[in-house]
Amino acid sequence: MNPSNYVVLSALLFTIGTVGVLVRRNAIVVFMSVELMLNAANLAFVSFARMNGNLDGQVVAFFVMVVAAAEVVVGLAIIVTIFRTRRSASIDEPNLLKY
Amino acid sequence: MTDVDTNTGEQVVFWVCAILAVAGALGMVLSRKAVHSALWIALTMINLAILYVANSAPFLGMVQVIVYTGAVMMLFLFVLMVVGVDASDSLIETIRGQRLASILLTLGLGILLVWGVGNGLAESTTVGLDAANEVDGGNVEGIANLIFTRYLLVFELTSALLITAAMGAMVLAHRDRWKPTPSQRERSVARFTGGGHPGNLPNPGVYARHNAVDTPALLPDGGTLDISVPGPVRGRGEERPLDRADLDDVRQITEGTGE
Repeated sequence: MNPSNYVVLSALLFTIGTVGVLVRRNAIVVFMSVELMLNAANLAFVSFARMNGNLDGQVVAFFVMVVAAAEVVVGLAIIVTIFRTRRSASIDEPNLLKY
Repeated sequence: MTDVDTNTGEQVVFWVCAILAVAGALGMVLSRKAVHSALWIALTMINLAILYVANSAPFLGMVQVIVYTGAVMMLFLFVLMVVGVDASDSLIETIRGQRLASILLTLGLGILLVWGVGNGLAESTTVGLDAANEVDGGNVEGIANLIFTRYLLVFELTSALLITAAMGAMVLAHRDRWKPTPSQRERSVARFTGGGHPGNLPNPGVYARHNAVDTPALLPDGGTLDISVPGPVRGRGEERPLDRADLDDVRQITEGTGE
């Protein structure tokens, strides 16, 4: 088995995450899909690090994890704030900026 | 360049974990309830951690378990409990045909990515990380060496980012009080001007035959005290009336007029 199978798996997971972002309405589930896409990118980084024989890819994956953690904290705080004012977690509800 | 092929054990781990990870991702997208989605994606995260370890990244595998399944997914579950567990997706499309179009487009993206990556990397050779790990004496040491030398500035910037994110979350989730906190004096005045009972309500009656919350207490004049029975019991009409005949018997016995 060629280690490039890992990259194919990461492409598959990225695609499923994209479907989730586009199709789901609940803001938290959309957020989980974004997390899945970040994880798929991480898997690709780790696989490429192994295929190229240097550790830089793993360091980049580590930084992606740190940034993803920060992003989750701020994003969930925004979702909680919107839920507090509008009593809804749906991404179709906040549309006042449209007009 | 030496080609490092994967052994049988890694192939088994890859296929088992890959199938479970894809199943978790599909379950996340397809399940109607958000809590189920969170649990499905936790499955995907754990399987990705195993794949990292199999993919000669043991440090990242552990970080994945601690950060993603430990912290991020539990944070998601906390927020789900706050934001409403029973909130499920509406089936009404805001933009007509958006669901079908997005599924078709991502299908195209998936075919393009998988086919392109599969074709582009089919002939690739794998160097393997053994030589890179040998330089510093291990995977963790190698990553530490890179983080604290070549990527030191990025590492410092991520610390600033984390502090900023924590501050931002606190500012966003903070809620100002609408009214100032009442002082002890104001609370005391409110309690006595309300017209209710300022202190504890009297206990229900304790008798030789009945000792329960549905028996009212006895007043010195022989009457009963309704507020000694808890409100819910009174509301259901389950207040037990005192046995007047017994009271008369008692009075006759104590006063010596009985037979």
